[in-house]
Amino acid sequence: MNDTTFLGMPAFPSAAKSALDNAQLRRNLAHATDTIRGKRAHAVGELDDWEELREAGRAIKERTLRHLDRYLIQVEERVTAAGGHVHWARDAEEARRIVIDLVQATGEREVVKVKSMATQEIGLNEALADAGISAYETDLAELIVQLGQDHPSHILVPAIHRNRAEIRDIFVRAMGDYGTAAPAGLSDDPHALAEAARRHLREKFLRAKVAVSGANFLVAETGTAVVVESEGNGRMCLTLPDTLISVVGIEKVVPTWRDLEVFLQLLPRSSTGERMNPYTSTWTGTAADDGPSTFHLVLLDAGRTDTLADPIGRQALNCIRCSACLNVCPVYERAGGHAYGSVYPGPIGAILTPQLRGTTSAVDRSLPYASTLCGACYEVCPVKINIPEVLVHLRARVVDDSRRRRIPTPEKLAMSAARWVLSHPSRLAAVQRAGSAAGRLAGRRGRISRLPGPLSAWTETRDAPAPPTETFRAWWRRNR
Amino acid sequence: MNARDDVLARVRRALADVPDDERPQDVPVDRRYSAGGTPPAGPPDLVQLLAERLTDYGASVRPVTSDEVAAAVAQAVSARGAHSVVVPRGFPPQWQAALAAERVLTDEPRLPVEQLDRIGGVVTTVATAIAATGTLVLDCGPGQGRRALTLVPDYHLCVVRAEQIVASVPEALARLAPVRPLTFISGPSATSDIELDRVEGVHGPRTLQVLVISDPPNPLGTPLES
Ligand code: SF4
Repeated sequence: MNDTTFLGMPAFPSAAKSALDNAQLRRNLAHATDTIRGKRAHAVGELDDWEELREAGRAIKERTLRHLDRYLIQVEERVTAAGGHVHWARDAEEARRIVIDLVQATGEREVVKVKSMATQEIGLNEALADAGISAYETDLAELIVQLGQDHPSHILVPAIHRNRAEIRDIFVRAMGDYGTAAPAGLSDDPHALAEAARRHLREKFLRAKVAVSGANFLVAETGTAVVVESEGNGRMCLTLPDTLISVVGIEKVVPTWRDLEVFLQLLPRSSTGERMNPYTSTWTGTAADDGPSTFHLVLLDAGRTDTLADPIGRQALNCIRCSACLNVCPVYERAGGHAYGSVYPGPIGAILTPQLRGTTSAVDRSLPYASTLCGACYEVCPVKINIPEVLVHLRARVVDDSRRRRIPTPEKLAMSAARWVLSHPSRLAAVQRAGSAAGRLAGRRGRISRLPGPLSAWTETRDAPAPPTETFRAWWRRNR
Repeated sequence: MNARDDVLARVRRALADVPDDERPQDVPVDRRYSAGGTPPAGPPDLVQLLAERLTDYGASVRPVTSDEVAAAVAQAVSARGAHSVVVPRGFPPQWQAALAAERVLTDEPRLPVEQLDRIGGVVTTVATAIAATGTLVLDCGPGQGRRALTLVPDYHLCVVRAEQIVASVPEALARLAPVRPLTFISGPSATSDIELDRVEGVHGPRTLQVLVISDPPNPLGTPLES
């Protein structure tokens, strides 16, 4: 799986250090996460059954994961009965091969793509390019990343590290190389930038014969796939081409149609801070006279069953990729998404990537330390993933593994991971206030309010690696 | 072993801690969240709430009575300056009665996508609407047409009857048939990809107008004809 690590990526601490030195990136990120935290808090505050919804979301995911085999078989049956074709991929390599073969069988040389974490995770675009197939990303932020030959840095807004002026420059420089060029005199007004993207992509949508997507949910009971989006690029890809190929992680299954009533409330409010995202599409196999006549579903393992095998780490598979945990994370806000060295940045990346990929590389071994254990991520997580608990658990795993393999244990990384945030306590406090207000502390108030929260949490980590030579409290007093 | 059997075998191995006799329903799912009925906040009246929420996300909403629909449809299309609109099969004839016939296109035979791209707009009904979230749901049923019709043109005029409005997401899902391709629309297309600022209007119709038919209570106690 290391083939999909960002090339030449250093371990988290050094990558984060270089991000910290980039003032523009930090400003862009701080502005964006601040905006979205406020929107989320407002959208969540509107629902007085938010905690009940979170609990239901968590429970549905637990039920699904504990009986995943039967739900996967059910998905296969229902999708097949509805006219779709189901493929299984053990790993990234197998998934890439399946998709390339399917595209080649259509005789087409280009595909349009809906933003999909799974296809990024398996490095699909690069593999398609090697096979002579052009893959066009159609989500605005993905387009910015693709045109800028850049890496995504946020789950929801992969180009969050770019401000409007940078985006304008990228459009002006690169759009013409891929199709319709940016209009002359393009300004950096977001409306003008969105209009330029609309014009650039429209010709691609209208002529596309093959689309590749992921799915936010896959309903076992009915075989229905769901894509949640904002811009309408998803609808274009899901509706206009003749062939649709959806690459979906096996953890995206939910048992029943009714279960969507929980997730379609949790996801938009947690993610973009909207009551509902502008567009949600659902489809079940193929429909007569509407949309693609051929539908392929590729069910992807790629480390998910390894994650499932760890009863504590398993909860990382609950994730619905809302990105709320990134937006409240003091380490993410200061380090940026690229420092995490994978398509899954932030707190969820810190617990998911080392489980999906294993902890053989330096970057993946350091990820469980990319946190202060402040708990803000857990408070906002719509499916109640106890990210601090999994982090501590994974640290112990990394340490055991390092001792066994006689490689340096990562205590040093732990020190540096916390230092970035702790050196700015006011910022940390601000982030925590936002996270707490939004996350409704009910039930966990005791732990979080014990001040200083992050520090007590840190020192409480019984399973954590051997403590550094001085306690954080002492270190804190000395350095503040 | 083929990939399918291999993945399923891995899943079963990974779940070694799950007792063999555990059934899915043994994992409790507490559905104490409000399954419907009471929308969380805002005007008590569903028509008003839907209108408020849709407007909030950049759609324009106009309440009309049954008698006013035809004129309101024609007026909206003219005001838009749409030279032609596509009206899908099953759209009530009385609602399009005031539209100039030469402006109306049907999708029979199917309009090529290039033509949809040049057309002035589309006029449809809905399957259901969700007040709490300001959402219109289309299920390709009568008066709605295939999905491309409400996607490629830049203008969408949608007619909702008050009795199609439900309060919450759970109520809407309970009414919908998952075998049909569904599209949930909450305002015109939008993006937050530039500095997380919401910009309305990317790939879908950039203008969404909604007519909500709501008749005043009939003093005789019987519903007015629509
Ligand atoms: S871990 Fe929770 S908060 Fe983070 S992206 Fe996943 S669902 Fe959202």
